Amino acid sequence: MERQSTEQSKMHPDNQLWFKDGAMASWPICFGYIPIGLALGVLANQAEIPIWAVAMMSIMVFAGSAQFICVAMLAAGASIWAIIFTTFVVNLRHFLMSSAVVVHLAGLNRIFLSFFAYGITDESFAVNMTHFRKGNWDHKRAITVNQLANMAWLLATVSGALIGQFIPTGAFGTDYALTAMFLALLLFQLHNAVYVLTGLTALGIATAWYIYIPGDSYIIGSSVIAATIGYFFKQYRDRHK
Amino acid sequence: MSFIEYLFLFGGMGLVTYIPRWLPLYYLAHRKLPKWLIDWLSMIPVAILCALLAPILFTDQTTRSLELGKPEFLVAIPTLLFAVKTKSLGGTVLVGMGLYWLSGFLPV
Repeated sequence: MERQSTEQSKMHPDNQLWFKDGAMASWPICFGYIPIGLALGVLANQAEIPIWAVAMMSIMVFAGSAQFICVAMLAAGASIWAIIFTTFVVNLRHFLMSSAVVVHLAGLNRIFLSFFAYGITDESFAVNMTHFRKGNWDHKRAITVNQLANMAWLLATVSGALIGQFIPTGAFGTDYALTAMFLALLLFQLHNAVYVLTGLTALGIATAWYIYIPGDSYIIGSSVIAATIGYFFKQYRDRHK
Repeated sequence: MSFIEYLFLFGGMGLVTYIPRWLPLYYLAHRKLPKWLIDWLSMIPVAILCALLAPILFTDQTTRSLELGKPEFLVAIPTLLFAVKTKSLGGTVLVGMGLYWLSGFLPV
């Protein structure tokens, strides 16, 4: 941790601003979580899941898509084991994200890393990777993003269970907030032609996989294949430069 | 369901969610990663973002079939242009939301 922070303070004289920087970076996530969290809360309410259980799930699991699936499966009368297994499969993609973010968290102490792991989601991963790549980012800023997103998620899901049925869904395009965020973050990741090709490959494979293969395997499947093809694009490009 | 049953369910879900998030961080952070792995991992953010976006942009998610030219995709084009011009994440989110909201009023 020491090494990382001295490096950081060299780059960043204003190292006290880590909370502010983290908060600024996390607001699009928090904002985007509001409509989704509200929707989840409403569904949970309809499935007669008590509010304390909604809060408990958002704290203990903290994974949007798996929580939606859990509510739907509970409503359909699925067994606890089936829900846990489905959650495992749906959330395996975080393994890839954790592996990719570790490059920027090398050498940090394991207790910090164990806390950090809790907050790795599609959204916090994408935001943090973009900032790490730009260079003005460190572990404190990154975990601030993770944890503020976590709080927003908890508040949104509980609010949804409490008052969600009184709020019109999709007002002011809030449904599109996370999609727009992903689009912008994707764009910021396209550093050269190799990344563009990788992205186009992933779009193509994911679309076909999603249509032809039921379940959520398309996320991991197409990411791994596209990253591998992208790796070979890069090898080819490096050799022919 | 009782408290204990919920505790068991969410504990189980939490555990199987946490382990894949934790394992690479815990075991790889103190290891020197080979160059090929770092290069491969550098492709993962773009690949995952595209994998997550693809069904939203190109398919009908209730029937899981191809649907080209849906509002989510059409709105994505000016949203991306805005992101290219401004490089602003927050601004892009707001513009995307605004355009998507307006697209709901278009007679289709």
